[in-house]
Amino acid sequence: MTSRTAPALEMTGIAKRFGAFTALDGVDLELARGEIVALLGENGAGKTTLMNVLFGHYSADAGEVRVFGETLPAGRPRAAIRAGVGMVHQHFTLAPNLTVVENVVAGMGHLSGLSLNLPAARAKLRELGRRFGLAVDPDARVGDLSVGEAQRVEILKSLFRDARILVLDEPTAVLTPAEGETLFATLRLMAKDGLSVIFISHKLGEVLTGADRVVVLRGGRMVGMRATRETSREELAELMVGRRVERPERRERPAGAPVLVARDLTLRRGGRTLLDKAGFELRAGEILGLIGVSGNGQKPLADILFGLEAPSAGTVEILGQTPARPSPRDMVRRGLGRVPEDRHAEGSIGNLTLWENAVLERVREPRFSGRFLVRRGAARAFAAHLASRFDIRGAAPDKRIRLLSGGNMQKLILGRNLDNEPPVLVVAQPTRGLDEGAIAGVHARLLEARERGAGILLISEDLDEVLRLADRAVAIHAGRLSAAVPTAGLDARRLGLMMAGEDLGRVAA
Amino acid sequence: MIVERRETRPLVLVVLSPVIAVAVALALAGVLIALAGAPVLDAFRAIAVGAFGSRLAATETLLRACPLILTGLAVAVAFRARLWNIGAEGQLYLGALAVVTLGFSNPLGLPGPLLAVLLLVAGALAGALLLLGPLALRLRFGVDEVVTTLLLNFVVVLLVSMMVEGPLKDPLAFGWPRSVPVLGDAQLPKIVERSRLHLGLVIALGAAILVNLVQSRFVFGLEAKAAGLSPRAAAFAGVPIGATLVKVALLSGGLAGLAGAVEVMGNRGYVSTDLSPGFGYFGIVVAMLANLQPLGAVVAALFAAAMFVGSDAMGRQLGVPSFIADVTVALCLLTMLLALFFSSYRLRRG
Repeated sequence: MTSRTAPALEMTGIAKRFGAFTALDGVDLELARGEIVALLGENGAGKTTLMNVLFGHYSADAGEVRVFGETLPAGRPRAAIRAGVGMVHQHFTLAPNLTVVENVVAGMGHLSGLSLNLPAARAKLRELGRRFGLAVDPDARVGDLSVGEAQRVEILKSLFRDARILVLDEPTAVLTPAEGETLFATLRLMAKDGLSVIFISHKLGEVLTGADRVVVLRGGRMVGMRATRETSREELAELMVGRRVERPERRERPAGAPVLVARDLTLRRGGRTLLDKAGFELRAGEILGLIGVSGNGQKPLADILFGLEAPSAGTVEILGQTPARPSPRDMVRRGLGRVPEDRHAEGSIGNLTLWENAVLERVREPRFSGRFLVRRGAARAFAAHLASRFDIRGAAPDKRIRLLSGGNMQKLILGRNLDNEPPVLVVAQPTRGLDEGAIAGVHARLLEARERGAGILLISEDLDEVLRLADRAVAIHAGRLSAAVPTAGLDARRLGLMMAGEDLGRVAA
Repeated sequence: MIVERRETRPLVLVVLSPVIAVAVALALAGVLIALAGAPVLDAFRAIAVGAFGSRLAATETLLRACPLILTGLAVAVAFRARLWNIGAEGQLYLGALAVVTLGFSNPLGLPGPLLAVLLLVAGALAGALLLLGPLALRLRFGVDEVVTTLLLNFVVVLLVSMMVEGPLKDPLAFGWPRSVPVLGDAQLPKIVERSRLHLGLVIALGAAILVNLVQSRFVFGLEAKAAGLSPRAAAFAGVPIGATLVKVALLSGGLAGLAGAVEVMGNRGYVSTDLSPGFGYFGIVVAMLANLQPLGAVVAALFAAAMFVGSDAMGRQLGVPSFIADVTVALCLLTMLLALFFSSYRLRRG
């Protein structure tokens, strides 16, 4: 029975185990009507698991979920939807070849029998869009929308199904800072209208400005609950990590000669221009930050620099030489250290052992193989050496790498590159998804490499990271690179404008 | 019920899954035997005795295992690199055909053992080249090699049929569609007195050891494994995906071709369209039961061979159709696939 006074959502004593791993250990969460709650925690703290329990993707081992006073059956996403829970996933679940309105009504066949009542749906969508500031053309193809617009469609989809509780998983991960602000304004409007909102985040700034209340998870337990008015960045950071973490600072040092120069790099694929005459100059002893919203050409640029892809036009010069036919191993041999954006899909192979992962990109070098045979002794010793030098925990050389945590995996990927002190490094999203302690470690390693004179191209979506580490920054927007500007005197807002493709001279002034 | 992925695959399950799979398949076969009206336990006893109960039975089982070991290895090598070679049957036949074509006469007057070695190489080469076509189509146009390798099997068998009815037809075979025999000099010697067991067993075991070595110690083995597990990450690490797959295809097709060569040179002496009772297809079962491990393929091949040889004897004694062997071995593939699933996933009540 639905009660008029019950809170929108009560989760009590939720526990969930995966084998020997306890993902959630007796978590309680309450959400009032018209309230915005942020669920804050590091990777693996249990935020997403908790929301998956709410939505019925997982069934909890213990505990109860009540929506508007009514207990939800476990493991039934449809029951959750019917009770008024809507979820916006980090990776959208939209069909790109359908229009907005088709996406919204897809899967709701029972509403109107055989034929879809599209005109009515269109009208309802327009109405919802007007009410909450979520303007999207109902007849636009989803594939043509920007990421921010696609997210609006996801939210509209939930509202269309009369969601009264909206759950958003890391909603700002794919947005520019400006789009993020718009999103939170929308959420605020929805809360005024009586909807309840939970959003998952590990960014302290947006938690403090966007939510009424913040619930902090750590290691599957709730470790704190604060009204955002009565807390601070520092307190939340400490709650989230469990201790004080200081990120290292950069010391000024003069930059040297150019070590990596890209000239007029252009990449066209299937009629689309992914990179358009992108050029930059990276010097020894500096970190050049490359910022941009995901999907603006960072990935093709990195692939060309990594030796994975040949540009349609333009050249890459490394340490004064221009390789005729660059390949990954050729670039590594020439002194390039590489950290790919996706450490699971590209940086490592989960079912290979640590030592196999440690040497794979150099396995043809005499150090690790003879004419046919792998020098397994040398390879294992190298892995063990990396583990001790770079403090990789739980890293027996013969262990499969997928059993490592993301932070330790990243230490191995960084370590196998840094160990022989390459003069040039290209690192893409080196701290994405890592917890605070691991981030501080990665930053320290990159600054060390810079101190000894390496030039580092840091491709990142994390503006704080770029401001803290980089000497200069360039922005990439729609495949074009801006001119590089010194980071001294820049702030996150100006970087945000650069990312949106604003004219650089004007912004920097 | 909810299906959840296990965080890790427990070692116990990895080791036990083929055992459980075989046990379940045998139990299901028992049901079929009972349906055929025979006493189940007696039938299984007859199979065991028929496969291992005498010197002759044991050597017949080993004889049958030779081509199965080689086709099992061929499939294991390919599957490990995610190259879905379903064409071991065709590669086997083409290898056999190459051996007969080059080995029914000896115009250069080569010494027998040298000719034999050359014929083995030719058989392997024929199988290897046959797999390159489907691979090229996959690399160039993205054509699914499951389809192309499978369909090529029928093409090759038709080619064999054409040859043994035509240019290679044995005039002394009373009209039977079979080829002229390989020269006696070039045939593989028997390794056990008063049996049909030939040197092919040693070749097959040697191949298993060699493949094991290549996979565990060679740079190529590591690169092939990486390319199979994650083409993207392997490419990032600089593994040349295309070149690696070409080498894998040569090895895989070569092993299957070698199976055909060995079967002709050691056992039959000639080629005909009934040379293989599905050795190529059962190679898939053998490879899966072995969890794609080369040495495991030897054990799995012995099991399958014992089922075939033992069921023949059981059929003669109890009047149960010996097709029960094909059914049992095929069931093993299904139960093994299920076992693999349950060693990676678990069911929970939801």
